[in-house]
Amino acid sequence: MITQAASSITGKEVDAVFFTVAAICVVMLALISFFIVYFVIKYNSKRHPTPVDIPGNKTLETVWTVVPVLIVLFIFYLGWTGFEKRFEVPEDAMTINVTARQWSWSFEYEGGLTETELRLPVGKPVKLELTSSDVIHSFYIPAFRVKKDVVPGLTDNFLWFTPDAVGVYDLFCAEYCGLSHSSMITKVHVMEEAEFIGWKEGKLRKAEKEAAASLAGDVVDHVSIGRRLSVEKGCVSCHTVDGSPLIGPTWKGLYLKKETVITGGAERLTLVDAEYIRKSMLEPGADVVKGFPPIMPSQEGVLTEDEIEALIEYIKSLSDNKR
Amino acid sequence: MSDEYYREEVSGAAPVTGFYDSSGRRAGFTPWLLSWIFSLDHKRIAILYLVSTLSFFAVGVSLGFLIRLELIAPGATIVDARTYNAFFTLHGVIMIFLFIIPVTTGVFGNFLLPIQIGAKDMAFPRLNLLSWWFYIIGAALVLLSLFTGDGLPDTGWTFYVPYSLKTAADISLTAFALFILGFSSILTGINFVTTVHKLRAPGMRWHRLPLFVWSIYSTAWILVIATPVLGMTLLLVIAERTLGLGIFDPVRGGDPILYQHLFWIYSHPAVYVMILPGMGIVAEIIPVFTRRVIFGYRAIAYSSVMIAVVGSMVWGHHMFVSGFSKTAAFVFSLFTFLVAIPSAIKVFNWISSLYRGSIVLEAPFLLALVFIFQFTVGGLTGLILGTLSVDVHLHDTTFVVGHFHYMKFGGGGFAFFAGLHYWFPKIFGRMYIKRYANIAVAFLFVGFNTLYFPMLVMGYKGMPRRYFDYLPEFQLYHVVSTVGSWILITGLIIMFVNLIYSIRRGEKAGANPWGGATIEWQTTSPPPVLNFVDPPVVDRGPYDYR
Ligand code: HEC
Ligand SMILES: [Cu+2]
Repeated sequence: MITQAASSITGKEVDAVFFTVAAICVVMLALISFFIVYFVIKYNSKRHPTPVDIPGNKTLETVWTVVPVLIVLFIFYLGWTGFEKRFEVPEDAMTINVTARQWSWSFEYEGGLTETELRLPVGKPVKLELTSSDVIHSFYIPAFRVKKDVVPGLTDNFLWFTPDAVGVYDLFCAEYCGLSHSSMITKVHVMEEAEFIGWKEGKLRKAEKEAAASLAGDVVDHVSIGRRLSVEKGCVSCHTVDGSPLIGPTWKGLYLKKETVITGGAERLTLVDAEYIRKSMLEPGADVVKGFPPIMPSQEGVLTEDEIEALIEYIKSLSDNKR
Repeated sequence: MSDEYYREEVSGAAPVTGFYDSSGRRAGFTPWLLSWIFSLDHKRIAILYLVSTLSFFAVGVSLGFLIRLELIAPGATIVDARTYNAFFTLHGVIMIFLFIIPVTTGVFGNFLLPIQIGAKDMAFPRLNLLSWWFYIIGAALVLLSLFTGDGLPDTGWTFYVPYSLKTAADISLTAFALFILGFSSILTGINFVTTVHKLRAPGMRWHRLPLFVWSIYSTAWILVIATPVLGMTLLLVIAERTLGLGIFDPVRGGDPILYQHLFWIYSHPAVYVMILPGMGIVAEIIPVFTRRVIFGYRAIAYSSVMIAVVGSMVWGHHMFVSGFSKTAAFVFSLFTFLVAIPSAIKVFNWISSLYRGSIVLEAPFLLALVFIFQFTVGGLTGLILGTLSVDVHLHDTTFVVGHFHYMKFGGGGFAFFAGLHYWFPKIFGRMYIKRYANIAVAFLFVGFNTLYFPMLVMGYKGMPRRYFDYLPEFQLYHVVSTVGSWILITGLIIMFVNLIYSIRRGEKAGANPWGGATIEWQTTSPPPVLNFVDPPVVDRGPYDYR
């Protein structure tokens, strides 16, 4: 199948325009190819030994200037009307904040819920506010025919659409953003509205419980918060917990390991303790692990003190030599 | 290069077909080499460009081959992501800045512009040589920049900020190399414009100029006007990387979108640098093989100028999803549609020129027809991309990759091949083996379309570009495309082996093997040092046979 049905209202409109324009193009191409082949056969020198000089024809020249102008103005109009709508967000649209970073996505719902896969209720318009914490990315869901560059420093950068079929769709980064650009993909789950509300409330309730527990001074489960943060903050797009290096070193067995790092050009051996891990997050350029590129993004101003604590606890828990 | 040669030639004392000037060859290798790389003869400089641009073309093709091979299956196939990213960056940089931009102006512009207007050489022969040297220095610096950084350049040929400010590769040096290459373009442009204005032979009125000259003339203006913007932009990138000025870097309050504007203000017109001379070549070839006058000479000539003018106002269509305003999108989309008109006019006129001709099918003509077909596909997919709402979906997918390869390679590249087959006997005085040339054309046509058409389909289905890895549902198209690359490369090998073999061993071609009417066919093949034995007199239009 060449076509793949669009799963949003905008997408269906895009397809209608696409196929109209494509049809015009196919007809043009067919005509041009036909005339080339037909003339080449008909006026072959064997069949047609004496050529006739025809230097031009004013009428023809005018026709094939004016008619294409009308055609392209028509196509322009089709494209423009569809495009304009992308700026008019319905008032009842649900807003989600999207953060793109090398090389992961995170989606923040009202109420502070943060997820790495996008979940949406079917038939409801959504508005996505796009921010990037490093380079330019591009938010692209082919099935909905929507795309928008995610530009660092650009405010009020958004897109909106209304998914109209329940299902699971792919979300890509479409603007080249470095090493793992092609892994910067995630899923969009479009669910029935009731199911969506149930899912969201369940998540929010769980988060509330955790917050209440920490307020009450109970034992906070740092490890599981840390695990969640490692996904939300995109650490897992570069670090694994299974012992295999990805873009950065694995976290398995990291704590209390002797690590060879390069500090200011010189190699040295250091012990990975809590202080080192903290520094790795806040000033990753200071000690760069040998054999890895210096591309770890600084978490200065990105992670709160509590979050750093939680991540350190989580990384500790991945090592056998817990003190 | 002196008038002495001219006199010798006229008196018949030196062989007329002595490859422009054979003095050095008898004296050994070094003088022979020096007599080439410091030659002021526009024909020799053309051949210098031919050898150097085609060498880079070979490198670019090899990289393209490796990219396609990597994409034959999802995941890592032959290289890792880092290498893949460097491959597509270098493929783009080499193909665009070291091959397709300089090739047609450098080779055919240099070789033919003076001859076609009846001049002895360019207006500024020394500047001409300097342009080639700038090209070589720029190219050498590009190569050097591969080794000076921490890793190969990996930004894509577009060098978008802020990624290009952050990467560990030595983008500053790559950018500086392109800055130098820009000088080569600017000097070439100035030289060509001046030559057309000042050195036309007696009787060579503007409306007797061959259409190739019109197209080169328009291209030269683009080079002069647009290239400085690129140079400036690249200097800003260098300054930003080394001094941290904060022009483009959002962290320092700069605007990354500003970079995209500046980049495309040059790079969109550059697309016409790649295609306009090709259109000129095709307009030269068609009348010769249909044995009739070209249809709509003025329409074709003026549409070149129109493309150069309107084409400089459409750069924003590369940025419809970058977050700029509705108004900007409106204007740029409208101009984009309007720039399609002069191209359409050309296509219609070329095809009408077949009508009631007496058509002889030879390799240059076949390639010209293939050009028209592929260029039309490129143009029509351009209309689809210019359609605002549709572009949102297709932007940054392989649809765009397919579209611009149809334009630059299927159009510009194939037109260059057509010109190569057409003027080969003029440049080298010998004819290639026609049968092999025709076989090569068949391979090129089939291979090209098998390689790039699937990209249009997968792009519509949502395959983003510059992806090292992809979802399994796209594999079928990637496999077909990769097989296409093998067919295409087979065609290229047949074509170039045939041509290279024929430089020495081909049959002697004679002054006018195709029966062309433009004045380059009135002089010997290859032409003598100062192009004409008797100064040419122009008393009729370029395509008047009878
Ligand atoms: C873009 C990829 C990337 C992301 C995202 C990333 N890191 Fe890293 N990280 C690296 C690389 C590469 C290194 C090794 C080089 C270095 O030390 O700077 C590293 C090193 C580290 C180290 C030191 C590891 C060692 O073996 O000494 C820690 C700790 C760390 N990262 C934590 C994090 C945390 C926590 C996050 C999420 C908030 C994160 N990283 C996100 C790439 C990344
Ligand atoms: Cu990205």
